[in-house]
Amino acid sequence: MPDTDVPESVVPFRILPALTDLNREFWTAGARGELRFLRCNACGYYNHPPTAICPMCHSKDLAPHTVSGQATLHTFTVNHQPWMPGPELPYVIAIVELPEQAGLRLTTNIVNCPIDDIEIGMPMQVAFEHHTDGEDEIYIPLFEPARSGS
Amino acid sequence: MSKYIEKQTVISGVGQSDVGRRLFRDPLELTLDACLAAIADAGLTTKDIDGVATYPGPMSVPPGFSGAGVVDVQDALRLELGWWSGGIESPGQLGSVINACLAVAAGLANHVLCFRSVYEGSAQGSKGRSAVMPGGGGGGSFRASGFMEWTLPFAAPSAAPWIALMAQRHFHEFGTTREQLGQIPLTARKNAALNPKAIYTDPMTMDDYLNVRMISSPLSLYDCDVPCDGATAMIVSHVDTIADLRRPPIHVEAVGTALRGRPSWDQFDDLTTMANRDAGAQLWQRTDLTPSDVDLAEMYDGFSFIALTWLEAMGFCPHGEGGSFVEGGQNIARDGGVLPLNTHGGQLSAGRLHGYGFLHEACTQLWGEGGARQVPGDPEVGVACAGGGPLAGALLLTTHR
Repeated sequence: MPDTDVPESVVPFRILPALTDLNREFWTAGARGELRFLRCNACGYYNHPPTAICPMCHSKDLAPHTVSGQATLHTFTVNHQPWMPGPELPYVIAIVELPEQAGLRLTTNIVNCPIDDIEIGMPMQVAFEHHTDGEDEIYIPLFEPARSGS
Repeated sequence: MSKYIEKQTVISGVGQSDVGRRLFRDPLELTLDACLAAIADAGLTTKDIDGVATYPGPMSVPPGFSGAGVVDVQDALRLELGWWSGGIESPGQLGSVINACLAVAAGLANHVLCFRSVYEGSAQGSKGRSAVMPGGGGGGSFRASGFMEWTLPFAAPSAAPWIALMAQRHFHEFGTTREQLGQIPLTARKNAALNPKAIYTDPMTMDDYLNVRMISSPLSLYDCDVPCDGATAMIVSHVDTIADLRRPPIHVEAVGTALRGRPSWDQFDDLTTMANRDAGAQLWQRTDLTPSDVDLAEMYDGFSFIALTWLEAMGFCPHGEGGSFVEGGQNIARDGGVLPLNTHGGQLSAGRLHGYGFLHEACTQLWGEGGARQVPGDPEVGVACAGGGPLAGALLLTTHR
């Protein structure tokens, strides 16, 4: 199971996503430790970012589907620029690719890993960061190095 | 190849306002300065202008991103228009000029005034980039939506980290180095020293480049263009109007506008290239000329890495070999290079006039009016390319048909 116990001090301030019917599962399923994407029940395509019609087969029969939470580090950048107040500098922005579908990627942050140890191609796993804003419980999917055997 | 209708169009005049880091001038005034200069440069009057095109049209956010829309200019100059268009959804900033070419070729207008106006330098004031970032005030109830939903929550609100992610992947796959990439800002700075309107003209060495502060690795401060105030304009005319013009115009030989992959900074099929891959390939299908015919290239360098991908996309070197192509700087040198690049200093040193500066410079060079920075050898063929990521538009220009 993915680790849900990441300290919130890693990146204390976040701009949170506006929740919609289409994206709600993606941003909240971390409460159960799950990373979920909208997937087409007709052809199996993971449709991200989510839209109401499958771009491959045009079916409207889509539903959230839980993936493994595993990923491969596709690329990363060490960000030193204070774009917004809050994040401790530097921090790492990354794109990870999920094994469930070629080209299914997420922009994310890498946590729980010394910057010098980060390498493109390394196996990663999701680590959720919990935020409460009003009535919304939002879980941001961050990624950390995969533990061997996990 | 004569069937492609952009060949019925020419660039008949160009104009530019004052350009500065922070001018604190009325943006419509800057816009009109550029427009009137372009009209006069073509040998026309406002009565001849029957079309207007711009990018991105009126916008209040981000601050300074748009100094005027079509109707501002139409009213200020009391223009009588047969066709007009302004908007942000197009093949890059120069997509608006390509729209003008299509409108002229279609007979909707004979002389289209195209302009791009920015005042980002003044709008940012003393607070820098964070003043104009989404949610830049911090906290509160601001929530990310649209395409920013997938980057803002990860503190990646700027194109700098988005492009850095692509550059890092290019470095990984092809062995591209910072020393290679650095030749693009170094070349730009060298050229800017000869451009009286450039923002940054002090000499820059490779040591300066390698030691300046990092923004988002592998991109440092000198890999990022400089926000500025200024407006640029040009006139797209029908080839049948040549007799009415002040001097022989620049011919539009071919354009490229394609977008075939996903319009996304992280879902695009190959993060070592951009939509310019497809726009570039399309352009060469519309002409008998080849990359070896090109005498100079003015290529979007909002970030240095974007220009590197344009070099590859336009076929001046194979995909993945942009680093070795620019290594040492000889190939892209203004004086003696096989492909002089960004001869005015690019956006890196001459200021983010946002796409239009490249077309302005390509025409200026092809007219032989580059002054101290003129590319030697009477260049006859040039390319102007603008846009990064999912945005890409390119024009191939010649001095004669």
